Amino acid sequence: MTELADQEGRRGALPPLFGRILRLAVQLAVTLFGLLFVTFLIGRVVPIDPVLAAVGDRASASTYHKVYIELGLDKPIWEQFLIYADHVLHGDLGKSVLTGRPVLDDIASVFPATLELSTFAILIGTCIGVPAGVWAAVRQGKLVDQLVRVLGLVGYSAPIFWLGLLGLLFFYADLGWVGGPGRIGIAYQFDVTRITGLMLVDTALEGQWDAFWNAFSHIVLPGSLLGYYSMAYISRMTRSFMLAELGQEYIITARVKGVSEWRIVWGHALRNAAVPLVTVIALSYGYLLQGAVLTETIFAWPGIGMYLTNSLGSADMNAVLGATLVIGATFVMLNLLADLLYTLLDPRVRRGQ
Amino acid sequence: MSALLDVEDLRVSFPSRSGPVEAVRGVSFTLGRERLGIVGESGSGKSQTGRAILGLTPPPGRTEARRLTFDGKDLRHASAAEWRAIRGKRISMVMQDPKFSLNPVMTVGRQLMEAAARGTAARDARAQALAMLEAVQIREPERVFRAYPHELSGGMGQRAMIAMMLITEPDLLIADEPTSALDVTVQIEVLRILDRLVRERGMGLIFISHDLRLVSSFCDRVLVMYAGKVVEELRASELTKARHPYTQGLFNCLPRIEGDRRPLPVLERDADWAR
Repeated sequence: MTELADQEGRRGALPPLFGRILRLAVQLAVTLFGLLFVTFLIGRVVPIDPVLAAVGDRASASTYHKVYIELGLDKPIWEQFLIYADHVLHGDLGKSVLTGRPVLDDIASVFPATLELSTFAILIGTCIGVPAGVWAAVRQGKLVDQLVRVLGLVGYSAPIFWLGLLGLLFFYADLGWVGGPGRIGIAYQFDVTRITGLMLVDTALEGQWDAFWNAFSHIVLPGSLLGYYSMAYISRMTRSFMLAELGQEYIITARVKGVSEWRIVWGHALRNAAVPLVTVIALSYGYLLQGAVLTETIFAWPGIGMYLTNSLGSADMNAVLGATLVIGATFVMLNLLADLLYTLLDPRVRRGQ
Repeated sequence: MSALLDVEDLRVSFPSRSGPVEAVRGVSFTLGRERLGIVGESGSGKSQTGRAILGLTPPPGRTEARRLTFDGKDLRHASAAEWRAIRGKRISMVMQDPKFSLNPVMTVGRQLMEAAARGTAARDARAQALAMLEAVQIREPERVFRAYPHELSGGMGQRAMIAMMLITEPDLLIADEPTSALDVTVQIEVLRILDRLVRERGMGLIFISHDLRLVSSFCDRVLVMYAGKVVEELRASELTKARHPYTQGLFNCLPRIEGDRRPLPVLERDADWAR
């Protein structure tokens, strides 16, 4: 019986998972609080007078003073932070000077655009990047490996605005294969009912297939470009994780058992390589969700990257802080998701520490 | 007795910047349904000999032989499909450390079922796996079947490994240091199980180890390897009559319980032995 190393480990297969989720939730709360604190500090440190930004520089001294009190700037800094935190927790990110609308509403309208583009891109990056990386690892040093490497290198080093412009010139202007800038053609723009804010999903839900294909033709070029970038990274990482796994002893065991090469690669090695890959993919996705400013600008894609840049340009601090907060929170949530996936993929993590 | 395995002039070499390095340099032996021990120090080529027989010389290594036949079949030019038919089914191999030789993200049961002969229905494969776990004296086969490798102790893991390698009842088992990663107390138990199964099923066994005493108590015949060559072949019962100075040296540097031996003799080496 002494050989049964862990009675507890198996019996408690589920409770540790719960414990882990609980730990992650606490971690999440602490991280989000830290994020809130940092954005608050940024708001106080930047040399932009929030009162002036609100009243304009031709306001009288009394108006200025009134708004100064209204904004609570006379209170001690910790109290200001509590008020800020309270507002944020109630979904109040302040008003945007630039658009004159609540920042939260602005973000709710621009974030889905980024989410849709990023998701499209990460799907392409993963669906092509992972198999390409696996293939390159299996054929290490052969032509395929070199090809994947060169393609990846181009993906890393070619500036996206250049590729984007070339793509528009070639596929849109010359060949007319894809839609031009924007999320959907003008003809359909006002027909789409907003449900999730994701064009492809909304049109599909409503059964507007013409609009769906039009939206698809618009997303396919910027989405593929961004997808190409993540593919470059994901394929390189997949390749190196796979090489590490293929050199492990358990692969020899599988060969000794007479397992087919296909199963060894996709069933044994990739199943193990998937564990660190989850982090790589989640980080790439998080990076995309911050908004690809250059891509969004070239393709007139009204996403959060463009919103943030515009707000920065006009010193619209509420909008900048709000967008930063949302981007930060998205990143934190993605990390949490990656952690949970880890737990599902790796039985060694499941037991908890 | 017709030979199960016939190896003549087996050579394994690995390319390096200063030309190919030969890890195995002309090993020859024949094996019936008996137990052959291969002993030698680290780097003597004993493990590479074992892997070469299974066609598992790690790339970019190369295997050459004047003859390499298993049960009358020439293995030198076997195709990938032919290899797969031989591996697992007819020759299998128990490796050193179950911590590394079992897939960490797959349950022991699934790994066992994967070893069962191709075309076996899932339910039969499961039954075979459980029976095999029982055969290696695992008390709760169901529990081990569901467990992941990290949830087992070293001894349990190695028994599961043995079960996995014997599930198809191969004709030849290569055991590459099967107990050196285990605690001393567990070693004997695992060896006893291995011994019994090999005897019951009448398999041929190649037992690779650096432990001369262990090999001599466990095998019928012993090959002593040094620098990629067989320097001496002996009956296990006549190990003390070894003539080669390297074998004598291996034997003399074993500590004994009775009597204080100080200083413990150092293993002598002679460049001539490697020629």
